[in-house]
Amino acid sequence: MMNNILNFLEKLGASFRGTLFGLGSGARLFFLTIIYSSDSFKRFNLTIKEIYFTGVLSLVIIVVSAFFVGMVLGLQGYYTLEKYGSSEAIGVLVALALVRELGPVVTALLFAGRAGTAITAEIGLMKTTEQLSAMEMMAVSPIARIVAPRFWAGMISMPILATVFSMVGILGGYFIAVLVIGVDDGAFWSQMQANVDFHNDIVDGAIKSVVFGFTCTLIALYQGLVAPPTAEGVSRATTKTVVISSLSVLGLDFVLTSFMFV
Amino acid sequence: MERVKLDIWVGIFVALGIIAMFYLATRVGNLTSNDVNETYEVKAYFENIGGLKPRAAVKASGVVVGRIGSIKFDSEAFHAVVKINIDDRYSFPKDTFANIYTAGLLGEQYLALEAGGDDVNLKAGDLIQHTQDAVVLEKLISQFLYNSAGDDKGKD
Repeated sequence: MMNNILNFLEKLGASFRGTLFGLGSGARLFFLTIIYSSDSFKRFNLTIKEIYFTGVLSLVIIVVSAFFVGMVLGLQGYYTLEKYGSSEAIGVLVALALVRELGPVVTALLFAGRAGTAITAEIGLMKTTEQLSAMEMMAVSPIARIVAPRFWAGMISMPILATVFSMVGILGGYFIAVLVIGVDDGAFWSQMQANVDFHNDIVDGAIKSVVFGFTCTLIALYQGLVAPPTAEGVSRATTKTVVISSLSVLGLDFVLTSFMFV
Repeated sequence: MERVKLDIWVGIFVALGIIAMFYLATRVGNLTSNDVNETYEVKAYFENIGGLKPRAAVKASGVVVGRIGSIKFDSEAFHAVVKINIDDRYSFPKDTFANIYTAGLLGEQYLALEAGGDDVNLKAGDLIQHTQDAVVLEKLISQFLYNSAGDDKGKD
């Protein structure tokens, strides 16, 4: 009995210490990245290459999912609003849902799955094949050469992707509500414009997407750097990236929402 | 991939982001309809503002002519002080009425200005004398119940 309790306490302590250690080294990685990021702006083509991989190549999945999310919002919203005879409010519903929540959150989840895993696997494999150590031997800092450009690429790509997601999603809602179901075109846009505020809704959504971009990219980079240099280690790190990023995004979304939309 | 091609794709990507932000700001949001013109500020006192909020619309004949600036409670005179920003293009007589109405049955509340007949126009910092409070549903219902109860007694 006493042993069980001790065991439990030991596990609790270990997991708490592990979490704290992860947070601490994550913060350390972030400050190191900031210190070493002058290179990723001086030699901007390094960053541009990473923006291509994390941003441009994610566009297809973002645009397609945004269009479908917008269409589903249009359909579901219409069914419910129709019962109350206010189907013109569908534009507001679709726009607010996308700009405030779904745009940043779903983009971040897709971003973690599409770009985050790629970053983790790439860096993990670089570590496994000792490319990072080789760089250090040549007096090239892996943080400056590998980590910082990917970090800034993620920070730049994520808000752009989230904005594109919101725009395409609204067009998807427009497609279903106006073109397919036949809600009045003018009411759709005018109600939207009357109720969506630039500073309170659109800018706050953009702030969310920046925070999520920061979180997802940093978690992906950190997991890649600490991955055990084995095939199993890299695969586990990739899984961890998705799980931790998704949970952090959803948790942070709650915190940010409770701060922003009071 | 070639450097130039890469640059072009990233350029397209960033341009797409800017277009999307512009689209959200102008087509979806209300950036175009706000704060474009200079405004002047007038005050009005209300006993009860109901659900009126800062940045709510100020309308005259249904046309948006301004926004509510700030709403404060005056703890000496015990009434609400509402600051109203009116677009410079519009001027109103000094004896304009300011009424708080509700848009639709469940919509948000807005301030409606009804022009009076005075020759002198409102200037910045002026006070709108004639105001009408927001309708409180509970008061209306209790009034109605009181009246109908009175009717029943009259029949007996």
